[in-house]
Amino acid sequence: MILIGELSLWVALLMAAWGTTAGFAGAYTRRAELIASARRALFAMCGFVVLASIGLWTALLTSDFSFKFVAAYTSANLPSVYKFTAFWAGQEGSLLFWALILSIYATIAVYTARKSNRELMPWVVPTLSAIALFFILVLCFGANPYARLDWIPPDGRGLNPQLQNPGMAAHPPNLYLGYIATAIPFAFAVGALITRRLDAEWLSSVRRWVLLSWFFNTVGIVLGMWWAYVELGWGGYWAWDPVENASFLPWLINTAFLHSIMVQEKRGMLRKWNVTLVVSAFLLSILGTFITRSGVISSVHAFSQSEVGYWFLGFLIIAIAVTAYLVSTRLSDLRATAELESMVSREATFLFNNLLLCGIAFSILWGTLFPILSEAVCGTKITVGPPFFNSVNIPLGLGLLALTGIGPLIAWRRASVRNLRRQFTGPVICGVLVGVALLAGGMRAYYSVMSYALGGFVLATSLQDFQKGTSARHRMYGEPYVIALFRLVARNRRRYGGYIVHIGVVVLFAAFAGLAFKKEFDVTLRAGQTFSAVDGFGDHWTFVSQGVSDYDELNRHTTAVLLEARRNGKFVGMIKSEKRQYIDSQGNPTFEPATEVGILDKPHEDVYTVLAGVIGEDTAEMRITFNPLVWWVWYGGMIMALGGLIVMWPQAERRRAQAGYVAPLAPGFVHAEAEAVS
Amino acid sequence: MALKPRTKFLLGGALILGTAGYLMASAIAQTGTYYLTPTELASKVAQDPSFYGTGVKVGARVVPGSVIRAPGGRDMTFRVTDGDKTYPVSFHGIAPDTFTDSVDVVMDGRLAQDGTFRATTVLAKCASRYENAPAKYRATPGYRSGGAAPART
Repeated sequence: MILIGELSLWVALLMAAWGTTAGFAGAYTRRAELIASARRALFAMCGFVVLASIGLWTALLTSDFSFKFVAAYTSANLPSVYKFTAFWAGQEGSLLFWALILSIYATIAVYTARKSNRELMPWVVPTLSAIALFFILVLCFGANPYARLDWIPPDGRGLNPQLQNPGMAAHPPNLYLGYIATAIPFAFAVGALITRRLDAEWLSSVRRWVLLSWFFNTVGIVLGMWWAYVELGWGGYWAWDPVENASFLPWLINTAFLHSIMVQEKRGMLRKWNVTLVVSAFLLSILGTFITRSGVISSVHAFSQSEVGYWFLGFLIIAIAVTAYLVSTRLSDLRATAELESMVSREATFLFNNLLLCGIAFSILWGTLFPILSEAVCGTKITVGPPFFNSVNIPLGLGLLALTGIGPLIAWRRASVRNLRRQFTGPVICGVLVGVALLAGGMRAYYSVMSYALGGFVLATSLQDFQKGTSARHRMYGEPYVIALFRLVARNRRRYGGYIVHIGVVVLFAAFAGLAFKKEFDVTLRAGQTFSAVDGFGDHWTFVSQGVSDYDELNRHTTAVLLEARRNGKFVGMIKSEKRQYIDSQGNPTFEPATEVGILDKPHEDVYTVLAGVIGEDTAEMRITFNPLVWWVWYGGMIMALGGLIVMWPQAERRRAQAGYVAPLAPGFVHAEAEAVS
Repeated sequence: MALKPRTKFLLGGALILGTAGYLMASAIAQTGTYYLTPTELASKVAQDPSFYGTGVKVGARVVPGSVIRAPGGRDMTFRVTDGDKTYPVSFHGIAPDTFTDSVDVVMDGRLAQDGTFRATTVLAKCASRYENAPAKYRATPGYRSGGAAPART
């Protein structure tokens, strides 16, 4: 099976090469047999990439240490689940994983679009093949996962302990699923630009893929934050590291697109802008990969640095050149069919939302690339860190949060004073009340106060709309409120799914604002000793050390310290933090001792403990951190993902219509339904 | 207001982009730090003695065998080099798990008058994971491992 996999990689290379050449030639000469052949080559390539991946998985699971990749990232005693996930622990495997997802996506996209987009598809197929060809080329000649060692080690080097975590098992695939999904819209954009069929048709196929990309990107980023929080032990979840920024950039652009596409659907505006966003999301994904793989920018992330980064740079330059040429020669076809009528309208709000999202993306890109830019311009590397990103993005982010509340409720074209008063009186009062209450309560972190006040405003706008819709159904159909709410969401998925995403955003902002009240203590505790502290909420905590213990587990030797935690005198829980020395199947230590943090998580606050080391028999040196509201980062992320799922779910209307039944529309609902498809 | 909506939008957009640009420029001016190699740091200090005590970022390789951890693992000293120039470093804090005595590190901190680099953060990059020979176990001082090598049963 391993041999089949290895050979499959080379066959896939041929298939991708044929799909690219035959496809472009066929599309150019409009020869149906070449077009069909390219399409079959794409499907076949997918099959062979799947085989190649199964081959590598077989090698990993059977611990065949003659392969450099297997020996480098696993050991015989690694739990099977981590042998499986070691697939994307190293460069070669993750590139193969990338190729795998890309070819599966491409197959699905080409297959589902076989009946629509007839004009575009001949160009979409070779574009996707070309992207896949690039990855397979890198795999065959730059970073081959099937590279062999000239000797067979008795055991592998083991998987880095920091990667032996469920979050790390799930974070990269999600991120890749999100990253790579940007390739499909990109290919459609290229096809649409070449054929000049830049009407709304291609965008509707593209929107689904952007949503998919957005969804996985969201899940991937939140999982990454969770992993960093529980595994890295520095007490936070986001450090503005280049790798984190690289994952955030496509997310921002996708978010911008999902908003601006509505303006194009509804008003025929922003066509150039939307094409640019679709293309940029993909290019930023490639740029992110280049940044993280080439080592041109120093990052904490331990990707092996190699010339593979420069393959990506070359690919990026070609892709930028091609798309810049296409967009610039097609500008006249992208002219808007309508003009902006008023600043107080939904389209204007969305435009500002897009500007803010792109402004944030640009500032993050700028900050990330600043060391290179400053070295090129002034000859010295100057870096910017979290203070830069925070001081730029907190104000912009708050502006965005405000628009999150305004956008969905303001009318298209031109909002009347009546519309504004009816929709916004309640929410504005709500936001002001939250702000005033917090200030009166003594909160003086002004950015935090603002984000809670704006959060109250946005939450009120969303809930108000849920409430209005639900009670309308209740009145009109006599449905109980719960069923009315459920049907309201089910029948207007785009609209209410979007609101749920917004609620998730509010929850996230609230959690981020809690960072202002973080407190950190360095303590030294002998067994039986007590440490007392006051947290950001003014609660009194005491921690009693239960002592230090040593024991062996499957593939590690563990030193642990146990703390008893009491809040205001009441027992809350035990917190265990560990140092782990991982060992291979021969009993030899692998890697440096790994820190396993202890977390006592409560809805309003986490107590986060890190064992720095042990002095003598039973004295532990620790860091204890009170992290307010971290819980809500994870739940905010889940709410966003849930909202995304609701939006993505195939519309029920279509199924009902096929069944010969069309839901009767009450007069009051025409408005809501019409907006739902907006 | 006789302005066309389009003009108003452009003004609003310029306002947003202007704000973003201003925030970026001022943040870089206030928080940007030099990223130097030890050799560059030495020449900076030689040119301008006031450079002592300025916050900088230094990227270098840890000198093998130079890491001394205080008991408890929260204080340590080591030396870093880029081949030409070597600096002693003192660090108070919890080093990342990936920190060993032969990695590339990126440190924030300042050079003290006595020539020691006082690091406030240390980030370790494990650049090459398997080109090196498998790491021999070193009993890390300050980390109690229950004997030299953990017993296997």
